[in-house]
Amino acid sequence: MEKNKVNQLDFKDKINKGLLNTIKYIMILTIIILSVWYFFPNKTNSALNISSKYGLEMITIFPAVLILMGLADVWIPKSLINKYLGDESGLRGIIIAMILGTLPTGPLYIAFPIAAELLRKKAKISNVMIFLGVWASLKIPQISVEIKFLGIKFATLRFILTLAALVIIGNLIEFIITKKEKKEVLN
Amino acid sequence: MIALIINISAFSLLFFTFIQDKQKAQRSLKQALVKFVNLLPMMILIIIMIGLILGFIPPEVIRNYLGSDSNIIEIIVASLFGAITMIPSLVALPLAGSLIEAGASYTPVAAFITTLTMVGFVTLPIELKELGKKMTILRNIFAFLFAIIISLLIGVLL
Repeated sequence: MEKNKVNQLDFKDKINKGLLNTIKYIMILTIIILSVWYFFPNKTNSALNISSKYGLEMITIFPAVLILMGLADVWIPKSLINKYLGDESGLRGIIIAMILGTLPTGPLYIAFPIAAELLRKKAKISNVMIFLGVWASLKIPQISVEIKFLGIKFATLRFILTLAALVIIGNLIEFIITKKEKKEVLN
Repeated sequence: MIALIINISAFSLLFFTFIQDKQKAQRSLKQALVKFVNLLPMMILIIIMIGLILGFIPPEVIRNYLGSDSNIIEIIVASLFGAITMIPSLVALPLAGSLIEAGASYTPVAAFITTLTMVGFVTLPIELKELGKKMTILRNIFAFLFAIIISLLIGVLL
């Protein structure tokens, strides 16, 4: 119960902070827009038209993307990643690293401690690097936004090329880092 | 179309979660709300920026600076820009889309998105602390180099 109360406060604080920032941004942007509008009324009108078009498009997809991320947060425990990436190697390991990376569970800075933990558990460096890269660059909800704004062809190509690049990068780093260095990192 | 798919999956999963466990559903919605409110300032800024870019910068200028498929300097500048900026990728993607609409080529835009997500100047301190110097430097340098290769390939293939 006590913990719940703390979380509740935390939640309100975060919301208030975000709203306050939003108001600040809106105020500054309004001043900028008004002054630009004073000198170039026609161009500013068309700029605002374009903005509202993009704003509407973003609103059709962002809430759903954020809900998916929130759901992933409550359904996918971080221990799952440890469990499955810890001791799998070979092709299976690579595939598991890729799948776990695409799950919509949070920003990159959460992934670094997970990666370090995996290395401590003797997971292969290449797989951990692949996992980090996929986590950073190829998350499923973000891919959907990419498809919407840049087209499915671009998104698919970037996905495939990035995946291939990550496998190469992972193996290069695995090759360069010696066992001794790996141990030093972890101590 | 993609918006429809994402909306349907998000809301059906939310509905399913709600039936299974009300508290879980509540927690996920709170998480989403916090993320949304925190993203909001950047989102508004980017929306206005997109309008100003498309409304004020003539397409010739954008084509001139970002319109090439193979100008290596253009690609390196776009990659550097992606590496040092800290725009959340969720709002950077619409911005990238608007640049394409304004006449930019896919190559520098791909370089920008790839380094924005894979190379982290801002997260460097955490990465250094967790993974050590050598692994961090190698990962970021390789990610930067491969971003250039990926973007050139996208330019050729698209």
